[in-house]
Amino acid sequence: MSEVVQWSAADAAARVAAGEISSPELFEAYRERAAADELNAFAWVAESAPEGGRGDTPLGGVPLAVKDLFCTEGVPSQAGSRILEGYRPPYTASVVSRLAEAGAPLLGKTNQDEFAMGSSNENCAFGPVLNPWERSRVPGGSSGGSAAAVAAGLAPWALGTDTGGSIRQPAALCGIVGLKPTYGAVSRYGMIAFASSLDQAGPLTRDVTDAALLLRHMVGERDPMDSTSLRFPEPIELPTATRLGGIRLGVPEELSGEGIESTVLEAFEATLRVAEGLGATVSACRLPHAPHALSAYYVLAPAEASSNLARFDGVRYGLRSGGDAGLIDMYTRTRHDGFGAEVKRRVMLGTYALSSGYYDAFYGRAQRVRTKISEDFAAAFADFDFIVTPTSPTVAFELGAKTSDPLAMYLNDFCTVPMSLAGIPAISVPNGLGRPDGAPEGPGLPIGFQIAGPAFSESRILDCAHALQQAIGFDGSPARA
Amino acid sequence: MSPTTRPGAPRRRHRIAGVITREEVLHVARLARLQLSEDEVLAMTADLARVLEHVEMISTLDLEGVPPTSHVVEVENALREDVPIPCLPRDVVLAAAPEVVDDGFAVPSPQAGGDG
Repeated sequence: MSEVVQWSAADAAARVAAGEISSPELFEAYRERAAADELNAFAWVAESAPEGGRGDTPLGGVPLAVKDLFCTEGVPSQAGSRILEGYRPPYTASVVSRLAEAGAPLLGKTNQDEFAMGSSNENCAFGPVLNPWERSRVPGGSSGGSAAAVAAGLAPWALGTDTGGSIRQPAALCGIVGLKPTYGAVSRYGMIAFASSLDQAGPLTRDVTDAALLLRHMVGERDPMDSTSLRFPEPIELPTATRLGGIRLGVPEELSGEGIESTVLEAFEATLRVAEGLGATVSACRLPHAPHALSAYYVLAPAEASSNLARFDGVRYGLRSGGDAGLIDMYTRTRHDGFGAEVKRRVMLGTYALSSGYYDAFYGRAQRVRTKISEDFAAAFADFDFIVTPTSPTVAFELGAKTSDPLAMYLNDFCTVPMSLAGIPAISVPNGLGRPDGAPEGPGLPIGFQIAGPAFSESRILDCAHALQQAIGFDGSPARA
Repeated sequence: MSPTTRPGAPRRRHRIAGVITREEVLHVARLARLQLSEDEVLAMTADLARVLEHVEMISTLDLEGVPPTSHVVEVENALREDVPIPCLPRDVVLAAAPEVVDDGFAVPSPQAGGDG
């Protein structure tokens, strides 16, 4: 069965369709691997393949790992938090149902930073996830379990969510592909909310074709259960491009210099030359407000989180503590016992930013900065097809390296947050390996290359990513050993 | 990272600067219905000050006349016909509750304690 793990998800689906392997056999091969997980990537693994062969479906019965924060009926869904201890939702998230109908059954639930707040997967009630390339290092976050599972071949593909980089950054750190779609392209119904104006589900996959195939079945008509969801204007095309003739790539100077590790910058520059070799033109561009994106994000996302997380009060589901001194005592003790340190920090930050006297200075200004950032992108897309940057300023860092300094942790999102604020799609593709600055000799760690485009340009982004992927020739197999 | 203040534009400074007092932390914790231990109060005061100092960068921008973003993609109101649709059965929903009395969620008395 070890051969199975070498197939991409699209390849596996094709082999099921051709009768080389049955979908229950494929499911079981991955179920065994997921159940033997040593990376703490999974919070829950299915006990058996779902009833009935689904080989005749578009996704061929290729099993799917799903981030814990997607509600799955009767299956633990805790968003990595103690406060949802024992919670088994009475319904399933729209996107998970949609993918199951298309033939991607639920393999397991993956670990994550609590309520998707984090960039290292260390803020998790179930303990940290380990990076399969070097187990002393983080897989990134918050979709760290999904990224590690796909990279290590414990799952053929996975669902994650991205609020400020939570799909793209772990994809970069684990050497896989991660795509954040246009805001609204994928239904958020059944996703346990972090920051509702930013949250978006997307695929984490071994290659660009798998990302396109999974995304194709995540988008479509708008979901009546999510009033912010949008009809995707056209079907997602499977990528075929091998050249980039006529493609204009813009490199924002604000996101490609200061604060980025030299090994990451070198790989980025090298890939720009590769893109030119494929026919693209590469020029510098400006996103003047991008350096302020992180500040705006760390007002807006915590503000929305403080509101969204008000529902965790010990009344309707999950943990309940205290109460001897009345209802307020029950609320405050439950939230004290149930939330981890980072969640408390963000709830406090958000509550502060929304509190009387500070609202205009923080939330109001941040929403105006957000407008400027969208305008910057709109202006750049008048001259360029795509904006490209390194995905993460560094390669995977050591476990514990940034846990004592929240700001250092937040800076991981420096290159991914601007696209989130503008609601535009962006992908991270593997861009070779490198050693971190100052680290002792050792095997290389994955680096990510980010490509962002205008709203609903996913098919074109995937094509561009496909051409680059062919030319870069990244080999992810060491992580699956 | 260069702030893009228009040259000569008056700088609107708000009282954000890296000071958040212990009293403010306790006040915000009360608003957030969050009990904090003494250690947590100390750590929170330091952590919030550090993050707010960074966030304060946006107070240097000239944003006069810039409208706030309310939604990133232009959308019309998403309305549906006002027709009732089935919802989850009561027993299914109550099955997840920490405590149930009769047909509802049971909670401790709101009258006890009194620290609102």
